[in-house]
Amino acid sequence: MENTVQITVVDREGVEHNLEAPTDMNMNMMELCKSYELPVEGICGGMAMCATCHMYILSDHHLPERSEDEEAMLDQAFFVRNNSRLGCQIKLADSLDGLKVQLAIVGA
Amino acid sequence: MTLLRTNPGNRGFSSGSGYALNHKETLIFARNSHTTSMIETDILLIGAGPCGLFTVFEAGLLKLHCHLIDALPQPGGQLTEIYPKKPIYDIPGYPEVLAGDLIEQLMKQAEPFKPGFTLGERAEKVEKSDDGMWLVTTTKGTVHKAPVVAIAGGLGCFEPRKPPIANLDEFEDKGIEYIVRDPNFYKGKRVIISGGGDSALDWSIFLANGIAEEVTLVHRSKSFRGHPDSVQKVIDMSASGKIKLLTESEVIGVSGNGVLNSVKVLHLPEGESEIQTDHWLPLFGLSPKLGPLADWGLSIDKNSIEVNTFDYSTNIPGIYAIGDINTYPGKLKLILCGFHEATLMVQSAFKRIYPDKNYVLKYTTVNGVQGF
Repeated sequence: MENTVQITVVDREGVEHNLEAPTDMNMNMMELCKSYELPVEGICGGMAMCATCHMYILSDHHLPERSEDEEAMLDQAFFVRNNSRLGCQIKLADSLDGLKVQLAIVGA
Repeated sequence: MTLLRTNPGNRGFSSGSGYALNHKETLIFARNSHTTSMIETDILLIGAGPCGLFTVFEAGLLKLHCHLIDALPQPGGQLTEIYPKKPIYDIPGYPEVLAGDLIEQLMKQAEPFKPGFTLGERAEKVEKSDDGMWLVTTTKGTVHKAPVVAIAGGLGCFEPRKPPIANLDEFEDKGIEYIVRDPNFYKGKRVIISGGGDSALDWSIFLANGIAEEVTLVHRSKSFRGHPDSVQKVIDMSASGKIKLLTESEVIGVSGNGVLNSVKVLHLPEGESEIQTDHWLPLFGLSPKLGPLADWGLSIDKNSIEVNTFDYSTNIPGIYAIGDINTYPGKLKLILCGFHEATLMVQSAFKRIYPDKNYVLKYTTVNGVQGF
């Protein structure tokens, strides 16, 4: 489909979800997960202020660097790894076709 | 028992005096509460965010008084607490407005109706009085009485963010603390602090200066995002051996026998160690929780309060929920939707408070705004 890429999200139980992600709706990975009703809260609405959309990038896609805000928020997240990102900071784009991510465990 | 209404002129606020006066008000309320006084109002709002503040205005048009309780020390909810400098673009009539400025404008709009505030106190308990009114008590024991309670709690109360470690609660207040209440509590103790922000840095420095016997700071990366002075101080104190610094590390387990006696630390990229300690302070900032509201008997779905969209009433007659904290089919968590909900809610509240009075909607363009 035009303006759509394929993205795989592995949930916290290890189940893979293959999602069709629109690239013309100004959406990010947090919003994509929410739109498919995957267990991503996105409490702050996408301002990199809650870390409830913490996810790991499993594929070798090249993503834009983390911003200062994202780094600061990851300091307050748990089980942060080198491939950790906040989903809300990853904009859906054509270059993300085939992206694979895994949802991180989120603190209470 | 002294009864205080929320509308005496000398306890209102003025836009010029800002929030400082409100802080004073809270102190007055808190003090009064200890002498068994009670705050009485028409609509008791739990939450002083944009939705709660706009309710004051809409209720005021119907001659209803409001009093607001908020766990935060200032009005505005997440707008002033989390993102005061962020622009908002979807408030009708404002092509762009900073969150903090919107709150200031809402405070100004509410001002003629002299709302009362209990700030820095969390609404804890609700019960029915003998005369059918609601009694809401805060964490500090302040009692509020009203025929109508409207929960405008947004995301909930901000509480310390807890690490996802299975047996964490076993050691809470038995070696694990999320807030430093009294530094002397750690005198002569071994303390591990986690986090990379200002509070983790500041407490590490403070406790390592002759209070704790041993301070270990554990942080997930090599760099810190706290104040540069504090970062430098921690690095210096690490070099001189006063603080043990473990970067690229994370506490992943806790153990003990009734009280905490060790934590398991993961060192990236690999390797684990067990560190003996008396205390662990995970300082990872705050996150919103529904808190005690979850125990009020309200119908709850996924951390939100279910309401009837006719008037945003909950399953408990006399208790309403508006704004981000409620849910219904088609719900959108937008400030502008919260304003709409507040407006419909006060109409229903009016009928509940004055069942025999007839009321017709009046326009501010015709009547202006007549304050209290």
